Amino acid sequence: MDRGLGLEITELRLGLPGATAVVVEKSEKKRAFSELTDERKAAATAAPRAKSQVVGWPPVCSYRRKNPAAAEYSKNRCVKVSMDGAICLRKIDLSLQEGYSELAVAVKKLFGCDALGEGLKDEEKGEYNKLIYEDKDGDWMLVGDVPWEMFIESCKRLRIMKRSEIKDLGLPKERDFLRGAFQLKD
Amino acid sequence: MAYSFPEEVLEHVFSFLHSDRDRNAVSLVCKSWYEIDRWSRRRVFIGNCYAISPRAVIRRFPEVRSIKIKGKPHFADFNLVPDGWGGYVFPWITAMASSYPWLEEIHLKRMVVTNACLELIAKSFKNFRVLVLSTCEGFSTDGLASIAANCRNLRELDLRDSEVDDLSGHWLSHFPDSYTSLVSLNISCLGSEVSFSALERLVSRCPNLRSLSLNQAVPIDRIACLLRQAPQLIELGTGAYNAELRPDVFSSLSGAFSCLKELRSLSGFWDAVPAYIPAVYSVCSGITSLNLSYTTMQNPDLTKLVSQCPNLQQLWVLDYIEDCGLEAVAASCKDLRELRVFPSDPYEEDEFDIALTERGLVSVSEGCTNLQSVLYFCHQMSNAALISIAQNRPNLTRFRLCIIEPRSPDYLTLQPLDAGFGAIVEHCKGLRRLSLSGLLTDRVFEYIGTHAKKLEMLSVAFAGESDLGLHLVLSGCESLRKLEIRDCPFGDKALLANAEKLETMRSLWMSSCSVSFGACKLLCRRMPRLNVEVIDETSEVAESRPESFTVQKLYIYRSVAGPRLDMPDYVLSMEEESPDLIG
Repeated sequence: MDRGLGLEITELRLGLPGATAVVVEKSEKKRAFSELTDERKAAATAAPRAKSQVVGWPPVCSYRRKNPAAAEYSKNRCVKVSMDGAICLRKIDLSLQEGYSELAVAVKKLFGCDALGEGLKDEEKGEYNKLIYEDKDGDWMLVGDVPWEMFIESCKRLRIMKRSEIKDLGLPKERDFLRGAFQLKD
Repeated sequence: MAYSFPEEVLEHVFSFLHSDRDRNAVSLVCKSWYEIDRWSRRRVFIGNCYAISPRAVIRRFPEVRSIKIKGKPHFADFNLVPDGWGGYVFPWITAMASSYPWLEEIHLKRMVVTNACLELIAKSFKNFRVLVLSTCEGFSTDGLASIAANCRNLRELDLRDSEVDDLSGHWLSHFPDSYTSLVSLNISCLGSEVSFSALERLVSRCPNLRSLSLNQAVPIDRIACLLRQAPQLIELGTGAYNAELRPDVFSSLSGAFSCLKELRSLSGFWDAVPAYIPAVYSVCSGITSLNLSYTTMQNPDLTKLVSQCPNLQQLWVLDYIEDCGLEAVAASCKDLRELRVFPSDPYEEDEFDIALTERGLVSVSEGCTNLQSVLYFCHQMSNAALISIAQNRPNLTRFRLCIIEPRSPDYLTLQPLDAGFGAIVEHCKGLRRLSLSGLLTDRVFEYIGTHAKKLEMLSVAFAGESDLGLHLVLSGCESLRKLEIRDCPFGDKALLANAEKLETMRSLWMSSCSVSFGACKLLCRRMPRLNVEVIDETSEVAESRPESFTVQKLYIYRSVAGPRLDMPDYVLSMEEESPDLIG
């Protein structure tokens, strides 16, 4: 019997009879945790992920998922920070930073000190890495262009990107990398 | 002629039996033992509120002081049971109000509790002491005010994880000034701010207060003041543990914690700020239970805190602990008995975020020889890891694994995880609870049916290939009481072939499987002491459904009370659907 991933037999309609809603299955893929290719990195950050719309899965109790009181009593602005080449995500609370320079220090502390992947500065090529963020509209922008308060309101996640990759990603808003760009220096 | 002990002696002997099973066994010996047990039974546990009527319970056990009742099926926790399904406690309260005037304790789980219920409780039971509402709903803070105002002998008010219509925090002020008997208060699920001065006065005038779980609205700079009033605390749930670091607040907090010589359990820590965590270090050596599952704190601060607790027995934490943190737990917390790792972000699947893998669980299984109970959410698993865990920890009694992506194979070999779970049931002979996940064929059910002889509760999702899987479980698992299944290709054959088995169990839940309407009717006809309920949220009328119609959700439970009368429109009792037919 085919012990592979022939899951057609087990494919069940999760909707009501006659309904068209189905589970959007992610394509089967081997989870490779070695260096991710550029292509995958770009794909992962550029396109919105097709998530399975399954009710009640994963089985996390509703009181764990919703946290209405938290929004009221905490000005928590935790965002994920990823770094190209690093295998772990970190989180940073923007509400605890006072401005862009504190943010730079905090980000460097999270990644610069750890021996994960490459450092923040590629000394051989004399290039810097860039800090970019995804805003509320899903666009990727360079950090540092807008006033701090506006930034922390709209920032959904951060990414430390190698300078060479920026063109590939095709940031929708052109920026002069030297003027107004947020650079992480030593 | 047989001489027997006087009743008083037998009653005294029976009082040493604490488990319901033992008392039930005793009641079967002979009529006089049945009667003695009947009149002396003080605690009753009703695992399914629809399995028996309140009148029947009261008739059999007229002198009950403590009752625990459960309502909705477990999958209600994951929004699989629509609103209005049932689980109303009101009929129980009204029946007990007239028959159990000396009732002291009510424990409810997944039940609908209204303000009217709370008011009735407050009025009817003069010696009322303990109210525990676990994952309940249907009441507001007004109902709590009735309890506070009227229950003069209240010891325990525990609202854990309930959904309360939170109108204001004013209810707490209804405890009269003369009220001093509070031992345990858990209001962690409430959003509104309670009057801090009322809370402080309450804490200071209740010298027996041992357990206090605050809600998020209590700010960190107020905790110290509460703790100073209650140095005898054994359990503490902080409020929000979040603020800009102020040295005066920190040292006050730190000093207050150091006075808690008997503290054993810590929880809360919403949005904990690492800077304030060292304030609790002084109590860590005595801590046996730590619930950090609501805190967003990460490593290294998170691991540092946990590793300071060498006597830890129970740890609930988010996946921020990562594999490295669990390795530290394995090295420092040698008496760990229960580990629960929850997903910090269950719905956003980020390929980068793999800092918690199967390796963390394997480390803990190696290092913590007393580990018995596991609940673990992760993104990847392998048969090799599961086999290791099984071999390391044959003393596991509860093993719940949730690999977040449904039908995930062994990430190393791409094979199903049958062998891994098979090892778990084979080695862990005392396993009572098991939750499966990942890619699983019918083979895993063969292993379970063969080996899991002590298994009482099994949860299955997105698994199996055919009816054989279900059949193997129902025919093999001798101790099975609760079975809950979703999204599996199990249908009529296995269900009908094992109809009698279902009466030996408390309940069976099946949703998004392949059971037909006709099979449900047939099952109901064959097994009169089973309630077979079909949940169907389409708007079609019942009569128009053909026999072959696949039911959406099915809940079958044994009952001596007959079909229930409080079903909403979308729940059909098969009892009504299948009157006696000729031929």
